[in-house]
Amino acid sequence: MNPEPIIEFTDFTFQYFSQAEPTLHDINLKIYPGEKILIVGPSGSGKSTLGHCLNGLIPFSYKGEIQGSLKIKGVETSSLNIFQISKMVGTVLQDSDAQFVGLTVGEDIAFALENDNVPCDPMRQRVREVARMVDMENWLTNSPFELSGGQKQRTSLAGVMIDDVEILLFDEPLANLDPATGKTAIEIIDDIHKQSGKTILIIEHRLEDVLHRDVDRVIVVNDGRIIADMDAHTLVASSILKDTGIREPLYVTALKYAGVQVTGEMHAGHIETLQTEFSRAALQTWYGSIQPAEHLNARPSILKMEDISFTYDGVRPVLTGINFDIREGEMVSIVGKNGAGKSTLSKLLCGFEKEDRGRILYRGEDIKDKSIKERAEIIGLVMQNPNQMISKPLIFDEVALGLRLRNVPEEEIQPRVEKVLKVCGLAPFIEWPISALSYGQKKRVTIASILVLDPKILILDEPTAGQDFRHYTEIMEFLVEINRLGVTIILITHDMHLMLEYTPRAIVLAGGRKIADTAAAVVLTDSQVIAEANLKETSLFALSHLAGIQDGTQFVQGFIDYERRLKNR
Amino acid sequence: MNPKMKVFSYNSANTPIHRLSGLTKLICFLFLTFAVMYSYDIRVILSVMVFSVLLMRMSLIRYSQIRVMVIYVLIFLATNAVISFFFSPEYGVSIYGTRHEIARVFGISLTYEQLFYQVTKFFKYAAVVPFGMIFLLTTNPSEFASSLNGIGVNYKAAYAVSLTLRYFPDIQRDYHDIYLSQQARGLELSQKAKFFDRFKNSLLIVIPLIFSTLDRIEVISNAMDLRGFSKSKTRTWYTSRKLNRQDALALSLSALVFLVALSVSLFINHSRFYNPFI
Repeated sequence: MNPEPIIEFTDFTFQYFSQAEPTLHDINLKIYPGEKILIVGPSGSGKSTLGHCLNGLIPFSYKGEIQGSLKIKGVETSSLNIFQISKMVGTVLQDSDAQFVGLTVGEDIAFALENDNVPCDPMRQRVREVARMVDMENWLTNSPFELSGGQKQRTSLAGVMIDDVEILLFDEPLANLDPATGKTAIEIIDDIHKQSGKTILIIEHRLEDVLHRDVDRVIVVNDGRIIADMDAHTLVASSILKDTGIREPLYVTALKYAGVQVTGEMHAGHIETLQTEFSRAALQTWYGSIQPAEHLNARPSILKMEDISFTYDGVRPVLTGINFDIREGEMVSIVGKNGAGKSTLSKLLCGFEKEDRGRILYRGEDIKDKSIKERAEIIGLVMQNPNQMISKPLIFDEVALGLRLRNVPEEEIQPRVEKVLKVCGLAPFIEWPISALSYGQKKRVTIASILVLDPKILILDEPTAGQDFRHYTEIMEFLVEINRLGVTIILITHDMHLMLEYTPRAIVLAGGRKIADTAAAVVLTDSQVIAEANLKETSLFALSHLAGIQDGTQFVQGFIDYERRLKNR
Repeated sequence: MNPKMKVFSYNSANTPIHRLSGLTKLICFLFLTFAVMYSYDIRVILSVMVFSVLLMRMSLIRYSQIRVMVIYVLIFLATNAVISFFFSPEYGVSIYGTRHEIARVFGISLTYEQLFYQVTKFFKYAAVVPFGMIFLLTTNPSEFASSLNGIGVNYKAAYAVSLTLRYFPDIQRDYHDIYLSQQARGLELSQKAKFFDRFKNSLLIVIPLIFSTLDRIEVISNAMDLRGFSKSKTRTWYTSRKLNRQDALALSLSALVFLVALSVSLFINHSRFYNPFI
């Protein structure tokens, strides 16, 4: 390996002007040319700040005080501006939709060259070359919004590679991607690494998904410090992940449940490299010992869709012949790739759009004639982005809004809001301004503001998007609580962990049709459904094969039952 | 995407108008607008208006796309007509120098001269507005920005305009989603509510819209900084292209219209007004 580091942090400390404490403390880190590094850490650990220091957004856009030294290619970054840094470090931001500047793929890729005053003809030539490197040369005139998730990633990648940067920085590349696209994204990054030999840094908290392909080192950041710098095999064998609240790979969890001592020699960093000779027997014994849980729900139907079809423009059907029946007290996930009709389905349920054909029944009664406002008292919808729902500065007012708009007397509002805030764990904050809350707490406020209307069914659109493992668990366990209180919960998601761990049943949409309606364990082990809905086979399934267990689906189901029982204890 | 959302934003199609370069369209737009704004000759104005409607047909713009805009323009023109009549009912007389009274309206005399002047003015606006719509609907925002930059507008300002146009559909969609979700919480924006309540309630939509839009702006401005936007005083444009024969044809045609309108005023009417009363 080249002895000269391409990136070198020495006693580096950074504090935002708006914060009382430094966000990064005494960072010492060397990265060598051609390495592929994964930086993991929970939300608020400072991993994104580390990325911002590298690409120059700190101190260019986010101001603060820097101590110590950061050198890129031997040059102190404090002597450079963001434009000079951007010639060495190319950054792919997390939200590939929001970062498109150009209106066509070609224009977006060309953006950096336009700013460099490159004349039109050489620019077009260079755009074609780079587009060929990422397999996008046939899409140059398309709008980025017509592309699939993977193609969007390729386009963003081309947009930073056009400068021939030596370092590529990916800031949460998997956020907002469905499982299959996320897998593709990791493969694209790996291929670029292999072909170009560039230095690659990936900032992500979804460890297992990044480890789909090899990385040289994993760096763990927590509370603004680097607490580990090791290879993937050593890391998953240690207790660091558990201590910092990062989700370990599911198959590792399964091994631990089975009582297997995971060691570095087992090469457990990737499921492909895992050595199972010594754990096979333990897994089989453990699998045999799991008591299957009862999954029968004999309660009456609460929400039923009968042969629902819908189209926005009268030409292209968005939903075709959808049937399902959800029982009281169920927790169901609706999954499928972007554009499969998931959001439209929830809009029909809330009455935001009217179905063209079919019936929606609530407890056996057609709700066709109920207005949006009336339906909201039965079916509450929590949108993905809390900022799209919050319209009052104070928590109490925000939660009370729905009641006030319904002219509920003020003396009745007070106890109802207090009760709901208590359920949501927000009681201590009742007089706080919303702006002082964290993202997860804001999410709870939006849930509270819907729950206050006492709906029987709650629909949540991607409730855990962008959340790290700790916040994810918090939100989901909170929903389980609400579910126990008798509220039926429908989750629109493409988070496979969420499906597996929390919803016994999954309804899968693809191309506006229902292609599966069964246990999550069955969905995530059925290769045909997986392919059609852009999902990914769970690593537990692969583990069951490695352990020589015939019925992989049953093994996955066993894992879920075991884990649920563990949590309920 | 919901086609209803596509109202009043660039729609891509392959027509001779769409194929013109953005710069050409901007210059043609300016020529034709000046031609109509300069002349008060109803014959010139009507011919240009026919021309503008033809262009609109040619660029495949559907009425549904411009309906809202047309309604606003008509309301504006009607208000404008009423107000100008009440404030200066004798303006037509002073221009044309004759006086033919038709009737009295609220004690004010209505003359043929005033009527003629106001009809001319009405068609003047009616002839210009379609050009604006054609320009906006057939020029994609980046081309628009590059053409503004082409006639000397600072590229940062030009880009700001283009980004606004670009994000218009997204923000419209956000608005729609927020509106529906607030309606589910019990928000009433229909005619049933009192005016003040409606104003207060509309804040319940605007505030979340502002916050979610600010999120968007932060991401895009970071993305632009990271790729070197605003690093130098000038920039080039991927979408810019050399002007071709069609561009030359369009430019000469609109320059011709401009010159004809100008000559009619200078050599035939000897004034900006066409006077049928003498």
